[in-house]
Amino acid sequence: MSADPKVFLMGEEVGEYQGAYKISKGLLEKYGPERVLDTPITEAGFSGIGVGAAYYGLRPVVEFMTFNFSMQAIDHIINSAAKSNYMSAGQISVPIVFRGPNGAAAGVGAQHSQCYASWYASCPGLKVLSPYSSEDARGLLKAAIRDPDPVVFLENELLYGESFPVSAEVLDSSFCLPIGKAKIEREGKDVTITAFSKMVGYALKAADTLAKEGISAEVINLRSIRPLDRSTINASVRKTNRLVTVEEGFPQHGVGAEICTSVIEESFGYLDAPVERIAGADVPMPYAANLERMAVPQVEDIIRAAKRACHRSVPVAAAA
Amino acid sequence: MSFTATKFAHPPPLPLTSTTPRSNDKPLSFSFDHSKPTNPSSSSSCSFFLASTRKLPRFNSLTKPHAQRRASSPPAAAVLLEQTTNLLITKEEGLELYKDMILGRAFEDKCAEMYYRGKMFGFVHLYNGQEAVSTGFIKLLKKEDYVVSTYRDHVHALSKGVPSRAVMSELFGKATGCCRGQGGSMHMFSKEHNLLGGFAFIGEGIPVATGAAFSSKYRREVLNQEGADQVTLAFFGDGTCNNGQFFECLNMAALWKLPIVFVVENNLWAIGMSHLRATSDPQIWKKGPAFGMPGVHVDGMDVLKVREVAKEAIQRARRGEGPTLVECETYRFRGHSLADPDELRDPAEKEHYAGRDPISALKKYILENNLATEQELKAIEKKIDEVLEDAVEFADKSPLPPRSQLLENVFADPKGFGIGPDGKYRCEDPKFTEGTAHV
Ligand SMILES: Cc1ncc(C[n+]2csc(CCOP(=O)(O)OP(=O)(O)O)c2C)c(N)n1
Ligand SMILES: [Mg+2]
Repeated sequence: MSADPKVFLMGEEVGEYQGAYKISKGLLEKYGPERVLDTPITEAGFSGIGVGAAYYGLRPVVEFMTFNFSMQAIDHIINSAAKSNYMSAGQISVPIVFRGPNGAAAGVGAQHSQCYASWYASCPGLKVLSPYSSEDARGLLKAAIRDPDPVVFLENELLYGESFPVSAEVLDSSFCLPIGKAKIEREGKDVTITAFSKMVGYALKAADTLAKEGISAEVINLRSIRPLDRSTINASVRKTNRLVTVEEGFPQHGVGAEICTSVIEESFGYLDAPVERIAGADVPMPYAANLERMAVPQVEDIIRAAKRACHRSVPVAAAA
Repeated sequence: MSFTATKFAHPPPLPLTSTTPRSNDKPLSFSFDHSKPTNPSSSSSCSFFLASTRKLPRFNSLTKPHAQRRASSPPAAAVLLEQTTNLLITKEEGLELYKDMILGRAFEDKCAEMYYRGKMFGFVHLYNGQEAVSTGFIKLLKKEDYVVSTYRDHVHALSKGVPSRAVMSELFGKATGCCRGQGGSMHMFSKEHNLLGGFAFIGEGIPVATGAAFSSKYRREVLNQEGADQVTLAFFGDGTCNNGQFFECLNMAALWKLPIVFVVENNLWAIGMSHLRATSDPQIWKKGPAFGMPGVHVDGMDVLKVREVAKEAIQRARRGEGPTLVECETYRFRGHSLADPDELRDPAEKEHYAGRDPISALKKYILENNLATEQELKAIEKKIDEVLEDAVEFADKSPLPPRSQLLENVFADPKGFGIGPDGKYRCEDPKFTEGTAHV
């Protein structure tokens, strides 16, 4: 915001309340009410206003209090933002960022607890990013704001409270990350685990446990859901020969399904075991804590799937 | 450049009576002569209706410059409701109202306690301070009538007759809850009580409620079901009145004369967003006439005033005369949810409304008019304490939902997801928590 006066933040409670999750803390004071705008509760209205503002050269950052509420604005995200560059044959680009917490939250039931990664990632014209760490959040958000196209930026409520070590490089004002590039968070040789957002942490935990049992897992933090970094994923699978995909969203037509297709298309011959897909249960999120725990992926689910992938290939190898 | 809305002078409130012509026949005009009701049979109730449209003296000592925009002085012609309220309730009615409001208040206090003890989780939005609205409206309903609520739904559920045990258990995430622990605080449903849901998205409940009202009209007029005279009440907040669904439904409800009452619980705040900072014209009731339906403002801290307005609006809907928009001026005594630090509301404002506690007001009224004794009221409070102790104990002892329940109810179709050809749930599939259960 300090680099470009055309950037402004708009959304519910982003100003005086400092953000429903205190993410915009201090911004109102620093940039004033002209650039940090509290809106009424009207997602369809303010998202469309953001899109219109972006048509004419501004760089809006539209916050959804949670991404669930973006459903009331999805017409503008998809129809007005994602398709305009194409429909206008490149005359109208839409440099807008839609951001906010996404994914499973705790104890809030079916309507407030859902992952939108695959929803938006299925849509041409949108770029979809999902940070895991502080480094990701800083580098990717800057990239998103500078990008000439609409970006859906999926944060995570439960990660807001977590801290991550950051290097001096990340703190440097010039730090930015490329869109479309995944990060190998941990190298390994036996099995590839892909994840994004909060599930990266789970995958890393699973990898720790697996290491103790002699399985070396490579953890890929996708960072960008669309464009998807197929080459990093495929290179890893060609090395490890096994793949576990992890996401919180629903299994059908999910991010895991897309990754699986990519690997089958490009690296089928390298697979030593069927791809394992870990996803949220195929049900709306239940409220009761014991059911909720069953409905979202747990570290143990990832460990079990990775072991299955590894052990399944053993008898084959033994037979050969 | 400033985005602060300009202050406009308010035109005098438009008093509307139930006899106002519907827009289908004749567009509403601001020159309509309200002093001559065209339907004498409804003129007596309409005087209350009329009375309630006056702007009540508003809290006006806020220091923020926009604060006075909520205030507007009553028109000189306003009828004083106080002069007539002593005729409006019997002892039984007074005690019923008192009991319902005490239940609502005490239930929510119990929720706060249980939340801090870790018995309930997530977002829990309490209703303290707003009881006069739920009680004033819902206690007038028949069992067949519908209620549609928001995430702040516990007390609407209780007023509609959902037992405390079932609501408490739901909040504890137990199998004995009104939705077997699947819904939670923001999603109370009870088909038996025609509570059509707690909807957690802003504005979402309004079209659903309008659809319920549509179904009553359809059943009566298309399916010729004579008894289908249900009325729907849609409850929602001031912040919600800036959402498009509100306007879309005001239009359709008036256009099709649907039997619905839109009940706005204007507690002045939407989380940390002041109503006055969010709304170009903060007088919500005025949006009724704009769509051709009566718009009424009522003191939502006075259950008897709410009840009078509610009576007329509900009867009007039942008579087939169409929808009404009622703005209840109320206040929440706690933060937006139990997670809200509540730092933005002026302590003077909170204190002002605390002084207008609807329960104390009703108690005072009951005692001053000798409708009941102090002991009788105490007995009610004690009874409610017992009910809640029992509800908590019941919820605490109730079983958690079994593992198999995770996959149930995704579809109404008994052969739907998760159910095998043998009719058994596929919960034992070892991979089902990974989302890869065979379907
Ligand atoms: C579509 C949507 N956007 C945002 C929210 C988050 N949210 C929950 S309650 C609330 C404020 C609502 O205020 P109001 O309508 O005045 O009702 P009150 O809470 O005061 O009863 C907001 C913004 C939501 N639930 N749904
Ligand atoms: Mg409100």
